[in-house]
Amino acid sequence: MIAFCESYEFDAKEVGYKQVDSLKHNKDSVGWPVTFGFGRVATTAEITAWDIDVRPDGKGLPIGSGSVANGKALYAVKCFACHGVTGEETPGVKLPAPALVSDTTFKGRKVNTIGNYWPYASTVFDYIRRSMPYNAPGSLTNNEVYAVTAFLLSANKIIDPDAVIDAQSLPKIVMPAQKYYIKDDRKGGPEVK
Amino acid sequence: MKEENIDDQNGKLSRRTLIGGALASSLLYVGSAFGKAIQTAPPLIPTTPYDPTKKLGQGPSKLGKRSLFEASVRKPSDISSRTPLQDLYSTITPSDLHFERHHAGVPVIDPEKYELLIHGMVEKPMKFTLHDLKRFPSVTRTCFIECAGNFRTGKEEMTAQEICGLTSQSEWTGVMLSTLFREVGLDLKATWFLAEGSDAAVLTRSIPVSKGWDDAMIVYAQNGEAVRPEQGYPARLLLPGWEGNTCVKWIRRIEISDEPFMTREETSKYTYPVKDRIRQFSFDMDARSIITYPSYPSKVEPGWIEIHGIAWSGRGKVHQVDISTDAGNTWSTARLQGPVLDKAHTYFRHLWQWKGDETEILSRVVDETGYTQPTIKQLIDARGNDMGGYHLNPVTAWVVKRDGTVLFKPETYKS
Repeated sequence: MIAFCESYEFDAKEVGYKQVDSLKHNKDSVGWPVTFGFGRVATTAEITAWDIDVRPDGKGLPIGSGSVANGKALYAVKCFACHGVTGEETPGVKLPAPALVSDTTFKGRKVNTIGNYWPYASTVFDYIRRSMPYNAPGSLTNNEVYAVTAFLLSANKIIDPDAVIDAQSLPKIVMPAQKYYIKDDRKGGPEVK
Repeated sequence: MKEENIDDQNGKLSRRTLIGGALASSLLYVGSAFGKAIQTAPPLIPTTPYDPTKKLGQGPSKLGKRSLFEASVRKPSDISSRTPLQDLYSTITPSDLHFERHHAGVPVIDPEKYELLIHGMVEKPMKFTLHDLKRFPSVTRTCFIECAGNFRTGKEEMTAQEICGLTSQSEWTGVMLSTLFREVGLDLKATWFLAEGSDAAVLTRSIPVSKGWDDAMIVYAQNGEAVRPEQGYPARLLLPGWEGNTCVKWIRRIEISDEPFMTREETSKYTYPVKDRIRQFSFDMDARSIITYPSYPSKVEPGWIEIHGIAWSGRGKVHQVDISTDAGNTWSTARLQGPVLDKAHTYFRHLWQWKGDETEILSRVVDETGYTQPTIKQLIDARGNDMGGYHLNPVTAWVVKRDGTVLFKPETYKS
């Protein structure tokens, strides 16, 4: 997995402890049966129908592919009305939806975009597939989602204009902003952070 | 009877009576014939007061209504709707005034067709109907939910609702998530789970499994009745003290995993720059307080004034609330209304004799971890100028003018 997630090993230990602790000491569950028997086992088909998430390591990416060129054509029909013709922030123009495109410089940026702020390419695919287009969510085919993802990554100068992406190549894309992410480590106490 | 009195047919006060009798001092929004809100100036001549002792009242009804004289409403924008904190007298938010924030509208979900799927790193992937969820041992808990982007500033004429109306409190009832974890047989190696809603955004957040074992709930009731549609009907995730966005509404799926999913709502949104880094997974809501009276647009007279407001912390109980009535030069301890609950709005009160001079009044909470609510300057010093709009909890100051007008003291802050 990606280096960033190694910092979660501490959490895993903490979770393990809490879990055992909870099972042992939860007074409310004294006298409870091992199982209440409410609910039913979910079928594989039911899980597949809803399990649409994609992780940074590519788990969950479907079969299919998409090119920057196809994505550009789709964007011009299905995305531009809210995100603007180029996807870039235009001074004096208030877009109904966030700007998506910029260079990849984090420091001094005007707005947060995929290029200067998003840490994982998988998120672009996952979000478009589950939530976009705003007025017709979930209406794009997997190939179309790959294509729009490719176009946006290319517009942000992260992949080449002639690129085609699929389940193998998308998780390998390293996003420029990923290196800036830190996990919040505040636990209360007097310090203001 | 005169037009100004109660209309027997529909039980409503006529518009003239309502305006003249109850709300003569302010502008009023009323429904026009087309159902749109229009602004109306108060009439100049007050009407004869209606004498309730001389007129038989209305009989019993199926559903109670707020008094016609009460005009407290949420303040909607395109994406959210804010609780009128300045209108509330205690800590429970009436369900229809609970703030709402959603990313693709409020879905309509048939409770008979509703199912919650739990799968991934479990012994048995399972589906639970709403009926199933209600059969498990249940728990009731009072806590706040606050949006992580709950700070607005910019002008003097701002209400508490406009400044931080994206926090509300309810008494929630449902099943502990740990009870469901136990039922599906969670893999001990699991560290994160994905919570997914069934709205048009199919909104997702990654949550540490430890929160699931600690105090997370799947709730189906709010203030004794079914959860409101805007609050996630028929069931939502409740993570006490954590940012509102993680309390996924209309929840339909929980996937148990061993790493976070890095969804849009936890990468591109709900993260914020801190000195050239981007801080992620700020789950806890930091301690905060605000004086809700006196506050804009109320007006005060010299003499005794009971200052009151709410304080809260996502990390535990409110320990203390300090009040300053001299622009922060000296501080006194406010009285807290008990019982003080964990991760809950806590009401505070402080008696103050105002002599009529211009001054500033402020509140500052200390929570049980020893954290003291910071000023905006402390936050900027700690995080840098480019700190974004999430997790801001600065001390709020109100300016009391000599004529009794109360105005917000806008912070110097780059939005």
